[in-house]
Amino acid sequence: MPKDTGIGASTRRREDVRFLKGKGQYTDDIPPAHDQAAAVFARSTVANGVIKSIDTSVAESMPGVLAVFTGADFADVGGNPAGWLINSRDGEPMKEPKRPVLAHGKVRHVGDAYAAVIAETEKQARDAVEAIEADIEELPAIMDVKAALTSDNFVHDEIGTNQCFDWGWIEDNRRATDDAIKGAAHVTTLELVNNRLVPNAMEPRCSMASYKESSDEYTLHTTSQNPHLTRLLISAFVMGIPENKLTVIAPDVGGGFGSKIYHYGEEALVLAAAKRVGRTVKWTSDRTEAFLTDAHGRDHVTKIELATDAEGNFLAFRTETYANVGAYLSNFATATPTFLHGTLMAGNYTVPNVYVNVKAVFTNTAPVDAYRGAGRPEATYSLERVIDKCARELGMDPIALRRKNFIKPDQYPFASAAGLEYDSGNYDALMDKMEEVADVAGFAARRKASESKGMLRGFGVNAYVEACGIAPSNLVGVLGSRVGLYDAATVRVNATGNLSVMVGAHSHGQGHETVFPQIVSDMLGIDAQSIDIVHGDTSKIPFGMGTYGSRSLAVCGSAVVRATEKIIAKAKKIAGHMLEAADTDIEFKDGQFSVVGTNKSVSFGEVALKAYIPHNFPIEDIEPGLEETAFYDPANFTFPSGAYCCEVEVDPDTGKVRVDRMTAVDDFGNVMNPMIVTGQVHGGLGQGIGQALLEAARYNEDGQLESASYMDYAMPRADDLPFYIVDHSQGTPCTHNPLGAKGCGEAGAIGSPPTVVNAVIDALQSGGKNVTHIDMPLTPHRVWSAMNNA
Amino acid sequence: MYAFDIERPTTVAEAVNALKADEAQPLGGGQTLIPTLKARLAAPSKLVSLSAIAEMIGVSQDGSAIRIGGATTHGQVATELADSYPALGYLASKIGDPAVRNRGTIGGSVANNDPAACYPAACLASGATITTNTRDIAADDFFLGMFETALEEDEIVTAVTFPVPQKADYQKFEQPASRFPLVGVFVAKHDDGVRVAVTGASESGVFRWTEAEEALSADFSASALEGLSVDADGMINDLHGDGAYRAHLIKVLTGRAVTAAR
Repeated sequence: MPKDTGIGASTRRREDVRFLKGKGQYTDDIPPAHDQAAAVFARSTVANGVIKSIDTSVAESMPGVLAVFTGADFADVGGNPAGWLINSRDGEPMKEPKRPVLAHGKVRHVGDAYAAVIAETEKQARDAVEAIEADIEELPAIMDVKAALTSDNFVHDEIGTNQCFDWGWIEDNRRATDDAIKGAAHVTTLELVNNRLVPNAMEPRCSMASYKESSDEYTLHTTSQNPHLTRLLISAFVMGIPENKLTVIAPDVGGGFGSKIYHYGEEALVLAAAKRVGRTVKWTSDRTEAFLTDAHGRDHVTKIELATDAEGNFLAFRTETYANVGAYLSNFATATPTFLHGTLMAGNYTVPNVYVNVKAVFTNTAPVDAYRGAGRPEATYSLERVIDKCARELGMDPIALRRKNFIKPDQYPFASAAGLEYDSGNYDALMDKMEEVADVAGFAARRKASESKGMLRGFGVNAYVEACGIAPSNLVGVLGSRVGLYDAATVRVNATGNLSVMVGAHSHGQGHETVFPQIVSDMLGIDAQSIDIVHGDTSKIPFGMGTYGSRSLAVCGSAVVRATEKIIAKAKKIAGHMLEAADTDIEFKDGQFSVVGTNKSVSFGEVALKAYIPHNFPIEDIEPGLEETAFYDPANFTFPSGAYCCEVEVDPDTGKVRVDRMTAVDDFGNVMNPMIVTGQVHGGLGQGIGQALLEAARYNEDGQLESASYMDYAMPRADDLPFYIVDHSQGTPCTHNPLGAKGCGEAGAIGSPPTVVNAVIDALQSGGKNVTHIDMPLTPHRVWSAMNNA
Repeated sequence: MYAFDIERPTTVAEAVNALKADEAQPLGGGQTLIPTLKARLAAPSKLVSLSAIAEMIGVSQDGSAIRIGGATTHGQVATELADSYPALGYLASKIGDPAVRNRGTIGGSVANNDPAACYPAACLASGATITTNTRDIAADDFFLGMFETALEEDEIVTAVTFPVPQKADYQKFEQPASRFPLVGVFVAKHDDGVRVAVTGASESGVFRWTEAEEALSADFSASALEGLSVDADGMINDLHGDGAYRAHLIKVLTGRAVTAAR
């Protein structure tokens, strides 16, 4: 019987009551302050240009205008930094040009803000922006990642190169990998592009700042996946506002997919403006600004080689990747193509040699950073595409080839050739389950049925492993991270026995308000309805490193467990006093503290009351109150894995692809709420199929984003997606966190793109077309062209 | 959006009068104009809404012809023509989404003549007549090119009248993002021959594929198209398909429309 409460129960999401009724409170919904003013930005319409002059005099004199800012106003403050320092193969540190609040001297991508107007109303601010006279001399745009490396036209003149870094992983393995490839019986080579994506959160970014002169305090409401990191970056790097003078609040956040992890210049601008004009200042992104300025995702150009022996045993993977980081380094931009990508390049396999080379390149495009999956989808896509091509070249079944090279269950903990230690997994069990629930055996009959309709049917398979639960601070510190990646929770038991749990992970749709109470209620044996989650406000919660990298449950959830364990330990002492027994003799079960071997007990509620009304209380041994905080720093990454397959139908006359069946079998370790996990997988699959078939941020050679609206940027819609078969019954618990949880938020987006592409190639091959690769998105035009050229 | 005045007349005469104001512009369902205004790409001083003019709203049948008022929404056309002219009703039912269909109007669509709009293909293939406040214009004379029509300044499309063919079908191959036709083909078999109109494909806007019309007039079957091809020259090249692809799709979709016609 499925449980109806606590850990493992498909408890309905309590936050959905307000979301479904339109009662969510997003930043833009906050009722206007009595002194509210509006900020509107002047943004570059050219990709690369020298700012010769900016004349704001007319704008400043326009009705309602309170202030006009340009880059000069921020020339003396800090830049928005990259969170990871990456060293090149030669030991040189990466190039890290300043990312200013407003462009100064040069504009570097279409949408780059070079001025901002603060006015009484948004319309007045917009009118004044149009009156700013900027003389910007357009330069040729630097767009192609390979050409950029030999160009003497630089995105950042002060660094004299467009290369951010040239990273090797693991450099000591390079020679052995080269040798293995040289001597191999078979080498499969594939060149591919991992297409650039626009995150497209439903809620656009929005920031609202106020300043209290009497106490020199700032408050920033903003659309953020991690308000504490935003506060830290603003305090320590950009504005120098002391952390104790800055409160950052992210109320409900309507999606982010990574794009709201980062600190953006607009947040700094509204803070500076709030102080200068003495008013509450708010900016809300419109959809065009979101397309042009939200950090984009992916955008890798990769060559991958797979060497095997004659029997199909993997001997080596070698990749060379050009990662487009855009015009400026966003906060995780340097981690994403390196430690979230290169370290996964051994996949699910016992391959002994892996060497990854990544060249990060500046271009005149929006910054690129972590987007759902962040580096791991790029790794999985490269691996699982080249493996599929290899199977075809060797004439082997793609499932059999993968199984032959899988890490086996008795090999854990397994040290991968790409430098990680996988703690647990069972890839064959996942593949078994996938073959069963997907009815792989029935494919041949379904293919026949498709062919009788004139359609080509293809089957694609994929195995993935990813690193989640980001991340052990010691390890990431060695790897270049400038922050720690623990998380924190405070469990506050109120006198009347109900609880507030302050958590560092901030939900932008994940369901934290439902799941964290499930855990605490299970541990304390009390009703989850008496537990509330407090998050997203730096003045109310101890600290947090945010929500991304499928880390909320594995890291913050573990902090919740640790804090709750401390509550139980203290409560036992109080109960022991109440029951006149030693705390070591107190047993806690189902919300009752009992003296072992007796029928004497007190309830959790009675203990809570005693903690706050400490009459007859051992005040010399125990402090009053019942509130505990824990910081949890994971011992390792967690390693979710999965086996996916899909079947597609391709219309040979038009090239249109329809995904008919999609199966995702994942190992997420222990599952807290199966319904929410299934929902997360569905969302990830939608985004992954979107990447595979529909989505593309496409710049032209002048640096104009041609797909800057929904008229040209194709988002997946319900009728683009099949019914999904989702299974997470084969979990192997994470061995190093108290929940045994691995994380599920990104899996679908990691596992599905190669699955879909593999299936389309299979369909075309079945139709006699010798097509071995098509770059995503597999639009009808691209598929048709590939068929025609085959 | 810049500030503007708005008027909502209840007769065609009042609307024509209101449009005489400097930089006044008619507002149909607003599905193109309102986004344009929001993006500050147009700055009319006054909008004259056509949505309250009763004589411009509704569908009526006169013998074998169907008259659709210029301010009739796509949603209403989809519902009311489902039986009387299924191909046209279907076309209307696939424009945009429910919000678009409940606002957008046939008059607005043909007056705008977006090169990827659906209605112009139906007008051309059906041999429709576009009626304005001053005259009747044959569809063949109305659509002059991308976003260009025979409409004069201050002329309002008050109705479009469609002869109902023996058989017809509309095949729309959707551009994946906008879901406008990447190519749309409307095939109509009339007593006096077959008309094939293509939207979404040409740099000159909606057009008739006359070679196919001749072949299909002689033999109304998909196989009659064998050996024909559309010249990729002059076809639209964009993010979603090049001219050769569009030219290819025209033939594929024409064949499918012939097979599906009813």
